[in-house]
Amino acid sequence: MTVLRVDRTVYDAIRAHGEETYPHECCGALLGRATPEGWWIEASVKAGNTRTDSAHNRYQISPAELVKIEREARRQGLSIAGFYHSHPDHPAQWSQTDLAEAHWLGCSYVITAVAKGKAAITNSFRLAGDTEENKLFEPEPIDVNEPVS
Amino acid sequence: MTIFIPTPLRPFAAGKDAVEVSAGTIAGALDELTQAHPDLRKHLFTSEGKVRAFVNIYLNDEDVRYLPAKEATEVSPADTLSIIPSIAGGN
Repeated sequence: MTVLRVDRTVYDAIRAHGEETYPHECCGALLGRATPEGWWIEASVKAGNTRTDSAHNRYQISPAELVKIEREARRQGLSIAGFYHSHPDHPAQWSQTDLAEAHWLGCSYVITAVAKGKAAITNSFRLAGDTEENKLFEPEPIDVNEPVS
Repeated sequence: MTIFIPTPLRPFAAGKDAVEVSAGTIAGALDELTQAHPDLRKHLFTSEGKVRAFVNIYLNDEDVRYLPAKEATEVSPADTLSIIPSIAGGN
């Protein structure tokens, strides 16, 4: 099983983003490095939710924005390691929609439940498998990396 | 030109995050890429040879689907091609 290591500032930022956009879903990208245990997330990038028709229960990031995010990741020497979104007043579990529309094999999908405007549980799921036909979400623990004081 | 390989496809491109090709069109560039890394083919194309619906290809900052000549568009060595699988979901 992989572990998602996330720097504290990033972890707090993606949860705060879910509170900011409540009752709509937030979304963004996670930038990091591969380690033998799993991804180590060092930065996040907020993205706009293009699903304005159903923003309370759907999210989509425009590919044009993703191109820019990937360019920025390269500039920082990082990779797009995954994505995050929120589930307003809904559990932090992946849905069939999440799985059907997940295409970044080997990447981590982080979901934060936002209950009545407050960030609750945050879970991570790694998109395992090596084809569209055998892909599946595997839960992975989140290890929040505290700053050295 | 340079083709940027997204994270999920790097294992099928010998771990590379970018591949240099010398073809003169987008279609030629993709063909050169998949000739060099055949395992990429099923991730990029349907069995009919069309680019998969969830795969976005950008020439610099332009979506190839909306270019007048689409994949027949000519490219120069300074151009970049980004392969970007789509991101969406919801509860």
